[in-house]
This record gives sequence, structure tokens and C-alpha cells, in this order.
Amino acid sequence: MIAFFIKQQDKLLEALFRHLEIVGLVLLISIILAFLLTILILPRKSLSNIVIQIFNIIYSIPSLALFAILIPFLGIGMKTAVFVLVLYNQYILIRSNVEALNSVDASVLEAAQGMGMSRWQILWKIRIPLAVPRMMGGIHLAVISTIGITTIAATINAGGLGKILFDGLRTMNIYKILWGTIFSAGIALAADFILRLVEALLRRWLTPNEQNEAGLH
Amino acid sequence: MEKIAAYFSNYSSQYFQSVLEHLEISLLSVLIAILIAVPLGIISTHNKFLQKLTQRFFGMLRIIPSLTILVIAIPLLGTGVKPAVLALAILAIPPILVNTMIGFQTLPASVLETAKGMGMSRRQTFFKVKFPLAFPVIFTGIRIAVVEVIASATLAAYIGAGGLGGIIITGLGLMKTEILFIGGVSVAILSLLCGEILNRIGNYITRYQRIGS
Repeated sequence: MIAFFIKQQDKLLEALFRHLEIVGLVLLISIILAFLLTILILPRKSLSNIVIQIFNIIYSIPSLALFAILIPFLGIGMKTAVFVLVLYNQYILIRSNVEALNSVDASVLEAAQGMGMSRWQILWKIRIPLAVPRMMGGIHLAVISTIGITTIAATINAGGLGKILFDGLRTMNIYKILWGTIFSAGIALAADFILRLVEALLRRWLTPNEQNEAGLH
Repeated sequence: MEKIAAYFSNYSSQYFQSVLEHLEISLLSVLIAILIAVPLGIISTHNKFLQKLTQRFFGMLRIIPSLTILVIAIPLLGTGVKPAVLALAILAIPPILVNTMIGFQTLPASVLETAKGMGMSRRQTFFKVKFPLAFPVIFTGIRIAVVEVIASATLAAYIGAGGLGGIIITGLGLMKTEILFIGGVSVAILSLLCGEILNRIGNYITRYQRIGS
């Protein structure tokens, strides 16, 4: 098994980096797009409900099916994969963003209003900073989901670790299946671990605890 | 459009067989998952150690990509319908298990005390009070599992399980867009439809919660 790794090192690592490249690109686009859409739809409750509903329907379509439906229009390759993955993430991210921003304590918002802050100021200086820990929950979900669905994107020639898994299946190569499994499960678990740490740190920094308050007095 | 019509006139029997296969595999997997997850969830609510263990293990399982779990099933279990059903059942366990635990942990203490005060035995309390109260939460878990399994069953075609995924794989192999479109749309409709039906059933069994509102 180790010998196989040494022999196929280039291929395996190339697939790993390709996978990380797709996941990184998708997340970058998804987070920016979801953030912009959230700010656009946030002031209107009915509009945000409709937008979330539409993305929910798209999200419910299995990935292999959505790839298949879009191939006639977009062709195969990495672009189609990135498009589908960004689309899926919109549901996860927009829903979590809207929930996070709406969960900010009403008394805090009233206090800000009383201080004469404009709606824009309240959004940027109060609501978003207070909502960040909860928004991270959505990003966490999106990262894990993107890593998973990217393996399936190998069916439309986007490359990545799914290619190793599918190649292993086709040629019944146990080593390929095993290394594909180790890498794909490994990066998902590693990403989960790192994000948990980041979330814990963010919560510590952003929520005022007794020590911080003691320091202020 | 004519190509799609031509496909249906030539392959309609195979098409409906695929749909049936897909439903069969999915339902069987969920059934196995229910038989494992519900008892396990109930036992774990009484045992802290077991609870931590199952939560950790199945929590990890949820993070690993579903394709990875299906593919690794082959060297372990072989190819065909049986390993596919088993692998899908493993994917379906976490949502049902988690919801079973939540359902039994969030029972209102006052109701349990009332049952005790009425002189109900442990068995009676379980079947007449605890289980009916926890059931809607468990059902939500089952709904999530069904939708996830219908999606993953598409991938199971790669390990020889048949179903609608087979149509998509054929379409990809031949690069025939009409076959891809038929397969994709069918899976999408099946998944949305099952989700909606289970949603309705879920609303129906919890209708008592909305009385008067």
C-alpha cells in the first residue's frame, strides 16, 4: 500500500490539490455571493422567504441529477461543477446568514437606534459582528458539503479525489479505492476539526465574558 | 424533445423498472436503518457512555463524503444490490439516530411525572406516553434519511445497484444529453416528491400540536 503511494504519488497528490482547488474556489465565490444576496433580501421578509424557498428546492435535487440536467446546457468540466456547488451552498449560507442576523437581540438594536445610528450603521457595526459566530455555523456546513459533493463532480470530468475513487472502482484497484478513501475522508474530517477550533476561538473573542468586562472597569 | 419521446417509446419498460428499483433500494435501506437506529437511540438515552460513543461515531460518519462510504463498501462487502443497500443504510442511520435521541431526551418532565402519578408501569409509560410523544421527532429524522438515501442511491448505481443512477451513468458514458436529462429530471422529481409526501405525513401526525392555533 505504501509502495503504491510512492509509485502513484504524483497522481494522488495532483487529485488532492485539484480537490482543494475546487473546494477553495467554490467557497470563495459562495461566501461572497451569499453575503451580497443576504444583504439584498434581508430588509424584506417575504422576499427572503421566497429566495430561501427557491434555493431549498435546488438544494433538494441530488447532485448527480443536477449535474446530468445541466450538462446539456453547460457542458462537462470544472466550470459546471463549480456552478452547481455554488448553487447548493447558497441555500446553506443564505439561510444561516438570515437566521444569524435576525437572531440579534432586539434590545441591542433598539439601543443602537436610540443612539442615533442609521440602519446601515446598525447592520455593519452591530448586527454583522454579533451574527458572525452563528454565520460560521453555516460556513462550516457548506465546507463539509462542498468537500463531499466535489467527489461526485469527478463524474463530469472536474477531477479531484472522486476521480481516484471512480478509477479504483472501474479497474477494481483496491489500493486506489483505499487511498481515495483515506484522502477524501481525511480532508473532510480535518476541515471539520479546524472549523470547530475556529468557531470556538471566534466565540471566545466575540462574546464579552467576565474577564473582558473586568478589564473594562 | 423528439429524442426524449423516442427514448420513452423504446425503453419505457426499462425506465419504469429503474424507478421501481430505485424506490425499492431506498426504502429497504431506510427500513434497515430504522431497525438499527431507533432501538440504538432509545438504549443510548439511558446510557451516557453509549450515547457519547454513538454520537461520536455517527457524527464522524456524517462528515465523510457519501461517495467515499459507498466506494469503500466494495472491498469490504463486494458489488451488487446487497452491499449497496447496506452502505445506504449506514448513511441513513445518523439522522434517525440523532432525532431518536433528541425525541426521547426532550420529553416534558411534567408529563412523565403525571404518568407515574397515574400509576402507569414502565412499559405502559414507554408505549403510551414516551414513544407517541417522541415519534414526530423520530419521523423528521426518517424524512431526512429518506431524502438523503434517494440522492445517494443514484450514486449506488456505480457499485451495481441499478436504479435511476444507471440511466445517468449510461447517459454520461454515451454522452447523450437526452438520456442525461431524463435521468436527472427523474431523480430530481422522485426526490422532491418523496420529500413533499413525507412532509405532508409529518404535518398530519403532528396536527394535534396546532389545535386551536
